[in-house]
Amino acid sequence: MASIEMRNIVKQYGDGFPAVNDVSLDIADGEFMILVGPSGCGKSTLLRMIVGLEDITSGDMIIGGKRVNDLAPRDRNLSMVFQNYALYPHMTVYENIAFPLRLAKMNDDEVRRRVTEASDVLELKEHLERKPANLSGGQRQRVAMGRAIVRQAEAFLFDEPLSNLDAKLRGQMRTEISRLQRRLGITTVYVTHDQTEAMTLGDRVCVLRKGKIQQVASPRELYEQPVNLFVAGFIGSPPMNFLPATLDGDRLKTPFGAVTLDERRAAAVRGRDLLLVGIRPEYFEDASLVDEAKRPLGSMFRARVDVTEWLGDSQYAYIPYEAPDAIRDQLRELSRELDSEELRTQAIVSIDATSRMREGREAEFWLDARKVHVFDPQTGDNLTRDAEAGARLTQMATEDRVEQVQEAQAQGTTVGGGATRAGAA
Amino acid sequence: MSRREKNLWIVAGIAIVLYALFPIAWIVSLSLKAPADISNGQFLPTSATFENYTTILTGSASGLFLPALRNSFGICLIATFISCVLAMFAAYAIARLDFPGKRLILSTALAVAIFPVISIVTPLFNLWRQIGLYDTWPGLIIPYLSLTLPISIWTMSAFFREIPWEMEQAAQVDGATTWQAFRKVIVPLAAPGVFTTAIIAFFIAWNDFAYGISLTSTEASRPVPAALGLFSGASQFEDPTGAIAAAAVVVTIPVVVLVLLFQRRIVAGLTNGAVKG
Repeated sequence: MASIEMRNIVKQYGDGFPAVNDVSLDIADGEFMILVGPSGCGKSTLLRMIVGLEDITSGDMIIGGKRVNDLAPRDRNLSMVFQNYALYPHMTVYENIAFPLRLAKMNDDEVRRRVTEASDVLELKEHLERKPANLSGGQRQRVAMGRAIVRQAEAFLFDEPLSNLDAKLRGQMRTEISRLQRRLGITTVYVTHDQTEAMTLGDRVCVLRKGKIQQVASPRELYEQPVNLFVAGFIGSPPMNFLPATLDGDRLKTPFGAVTLDERRAAAVRGRDLLLVGIRPEYFEDASLVDEAKRPLGSMFRARVDVTEWLGDSQYAYIPYEAPDAIRDQLRELSRELDSEELRTQAIVSIDATSRMREGREAEFWLDARKVHVFDPQTGDNLTRDAEAGARLTQMATEDRVEQVQEAQAQGTTVGGGATRAGAA
Repeated sequence: MSRREKNLWIVAGIAIVLYALFPIAWIVSLSLKAPADISNGQFLPTSATFENYTTILTGSASGLFLPALRNSFGICLIATFISCVLAMFAAYAIARLDFPGKRLILSTALAVAIFPVISIVTPLFNLWRQIGLYDTWPGLIIPYLSLTLPISIWTMSAFFREIPWEMEQAAQVDGATTWQAFRKVIVPLAAPGVFTTAIIAFFIAWNDFAYGISLTSTEASRPVPAALGLFSGASQFEDPTGAIAAAAVVVTIPVVVLVLLFQRRIVAGLTNGAVKG
């Protein structure tokens, strides 16, 4: 187990294109770090630089206090799970898992003991003599994980390990990975473009955009105190709505009526002209279903509902709005960058599942003004970010992690030095 | 597929097989005919005889045929082996590495392969005599390599390209050196490709006539196809057709055996299950 430090890491390809640009990131011992971003943001490249499959153009990669820039992958003692598993089709499951141990010239008894332990943890016992071709997707995934945990690696690296599984299995494997990581307490770096995985698995999440780090924080901080438009738009599903707004004293005039800002946020945006207000879908509600006591905290507006989607436990309404051309272009640009194709400017609003709002009719909505963020349309910066509150959220997440790891260790369920004690769990 | 369609396929299949096997059947029948029978205009011999086989294996033609058979085996196996090993490394580099001149190597290989053999034979004949390679095994192995290497490189690089690169990277992360990854992961996965290439290379060398007849003069290195051309009848009025047919049958047997042997090794879809499925 080891910490991973990256200092000003740059990856430049032959044509001079920087796939990873000046990334500095500290991953603590035992931490679960997620690298997330839209396709082409450099997250996989960064992971491959950690493991040594990709050369580092400049900067320092330090694993466990040792600079590893010039070490071959086999000398870094990391284990990795590939997106397509990369199992060896000519070997049985047993030999697949045993492969790293065989390379390390371990004696047969020790190999047998460890492979048995790993396969117990992953419930692969009855498949040990089968070939990968005869396994289901989930089983292959587990074999790939078995190969990763069987030796005492410094860290686990995952490269979109669940993207080849169907939705149901993906959910199960996600919790499985989370449990395994807590139990083994090993530093883990996990690349994904799926924000559900990012939010549920990570102790901290690193959001990348075009090779640059946007924000590194706990999932809660990312969600509540995003640093810019990009992070705000990327984290959350359905995504945050961005509405054009003009300033009128302490009030923001939006297509959905005026929003009153509190003292701190009003001060932050004062003196500006055109702004973007970021409002998450759940800050809206069907006005007829809002408590009398809560109403004064937000504002009311009427709008025509274009489409509603009822999902049983929740309901979404789509409200089209008009935006100035400059803003419209920018929002389109942003949505393209986030791998989605937003064709029209519309707000997605989460309303109570019991609401009987009708499509094509006007309806009254309530907007909770307490948590809205205001962005600078030019730079994309979040003007109203409360850095202190954000830091507090991440601090809490870190404390949770430390506590969990200690608890796991106290119960003797971690694998102090690798997979040796995994079987005792 | 409907029943009618299926029947059509079966009929067409049988027609093609018959068409392809007919010359072979003819040769077998010829080899079983007595000299007097050969031009009787019938497909089947009036009475089957192994006379021709005795002629080439123990009789008058055995002095010509048996050393040629030994030469052919030795030269072709050595040429196949060398070309497979060389092609394996070349194809691996071509499939995996980005180096300047990669396209050049591939197109040169192709150019060599399409070069007509007959245009090189004469200069080679002169050169080989000068440097003492004429009528020796290496004197044939070297030109055979020029025939087999290009096609081996092309087929094998196609096979290597099919192997997911992640395999090798996974092996490296698991602690393998480049050589170990190549030997323990890539080569076993490429085995069907290697066997296929080996068979093709062996056939090419085995079937060569132009080099065999031009670059040899004695049984020290003369291969079978060249020896067949030198068969003569018992008297100058007699055709050696029967003996040639018998020798042709004998020469075909190793090829058939080879295919049957390696057929099991050419397991299609060995890489299935390596990646998502």
